[in-house]
Amino acid sequence: MKNLRTASVLPPVLVGIIGLALWEGAVTVFEIKEFLLPKPSSIWARLIDEWAVLRHATWETGKIAISGLLIGILLGVLLALITNRFKVLNDGLTPFAIAINATPIVALAPIFNVWFGLTGTFSNQAVVIAVVFFPVFINTGKGLNEVHPNEIELMHSYASGDWTILREVRIPNALPFFANSLRLAAPLSVIAAIVAEYFGGPQDRIGNVITSSAGFAKYDVAWAAIAMASGLGLLLFGSALVTERLSMPWRISGDIKDN
Amino acid sequence: MIENSENLEEAVSIRAADKVFNPDSDNEVQALLGIDLDIKEGDFISLIGPSGCGKSTLLRLIADLLVPTAGEVKVFGKTANQARLDQDYGMVFQHSGLFDWRDVSANIELPLELKGWSKADRQARSREMLELVRLEEFKDHYPRQLSGGMQQRVSIARALSFEPRLLLMDEPFGALDEMTREHMQVELLRIWRETGTTVVFVTHSIPEAAFLSSKVVVLSPRPGRIHSEITVDLGSRSDQTREDPKFFQATTEVREALRAVEAS
Repeated sequence: MKNLRTASVLPPVLVGIIGLALWEGAVTVFEIKEFLLPKPSSIWARLIDEWAVLRHATWETGKIAISGLLIGILLGVLLALITNRFKVLNDGLTPFAIAINATPIVALAPIFNVWFGLTGTFSNQAVVIAVVFFPVFINTGKGLNEVHPNEIELMHSYASGDWTILREVRIPNALPFFANSLRLAAPLSVIAAIVAEYFGGPQDRIGNVITSSAGFAKYDVAWAAIAMASGLGLLLFGSALVTERLSMPWRISGDIKDN
Repeated sequence: MIENSENLEEAVSIRAADKVFNPDSDNEVQALLGIDLDIKEGDFISLIGPSGCGKSTLLRLIADLLVPTAGEVKVFGKTANQARLDQDYGMVFQHSGLFDWRDVSANIELPLELKGWSKADRQARSREMLELVRLEEFKDHYPRQLSGGMQQRVSIARALSFEPRLLLMDEPFGALDEMTREHMQVELLRIWRETGTTVVFVTHSIPEAAFLSSKVVVLSPRPGRIHSEITVDLGSRSDQTREDPKFFQATTEVREALRAVEAS
């Protein structure tokens, strides 16, 4: 198991290192202008120099992304549970949710600014919540619904009621669907938070650092900020994966089919 | 058999049962019509017939998963509904219905858990059951790690875990390959002998019905009716029985009944 893990981690790490080296070499050899594409080493240097500003900005953005993500998950799961209890509600709402989910919700950011104002961060947070809510609601709802009819009949043969079926069958059945939506929603929450920042709100966050640095031709700082934002996205994506592994041990156990 | 019939209670008794799906609508279907059937305790009954003959529907009437449109279904002298609430039967489906998120023992323990058994009692019983279906060493495995035949054995263990007097099986070996299927049939007969459970077994396989049953009930379709009941007596069976002329005779009898059904 341990060897297996090293074996699966090694190739992407190698590719990453080679990629960075090629980038560094190409910028030097072809004398690419720093404003077009700075070297990884100078981005790294900026990251160290501007660490205080970048760390603060990332933290501020992170707070909005993570809180929005959590609220969006909570609302999505709650509504999925409620609609599962009432079939009419489910049949009526789900098509609309799917339609709305197919639209670029981040484009609503300026509208949310009008609705919720720009004095606090709630307008931005609302964009994150909306972006997270729909995939979580749609997928979790699907998982609660798509139970094999035999499994429901089995529970009825045990004289079980709806609550027992929800607890023993529907919720565990929905977990993989929920986990899939989480993998989608976690990185989306960072994207949504940053795009929302472009349209307004407090000016001390990572999206603002990117726009203002680019505006003042400090491209290496902009790139350092982009690196921080990517790190935040990866961190959230990673947490989603860890949650998935921990909550569903039966999904990672290997096959040993044999009669 | 007749001399000790006074000891044998009626396990299932169905009188004039009809089942209509979607009554009074354009897609109204008369699934079953005028079903009369008695199943004695300790019997092994197969329900066989072409698709659409209502054999699975009939099984679900006994299980109270469906309610008859007319007529009466009694299980151990009670209404089918009361028998379900008392959990007088265990059920096995073609789709094993094992829960991915529970390991083998936890799947077997599910009905016991729902009945509020203590952990120690549950574990003791699931060990016994694993012994019965010969899967002791797989107790900590998850269903996905098991072959189809093993999954069905777990599903049988789960159905028998609370010692129901009746076992209802809906094409349980339908998705298995032929060799596994024959092996499972021998296993099921052994379990049937060891537990003394009454079995009602839905199948569309002629040799399976002939091999397993003490009585084969042949149904005809549209609307589902009982065409004939064929008594089979192959004694104690093993894989050798499949080459016995008596087995050939039994399959021929069932096959001819099914041909008569098709012709009518």
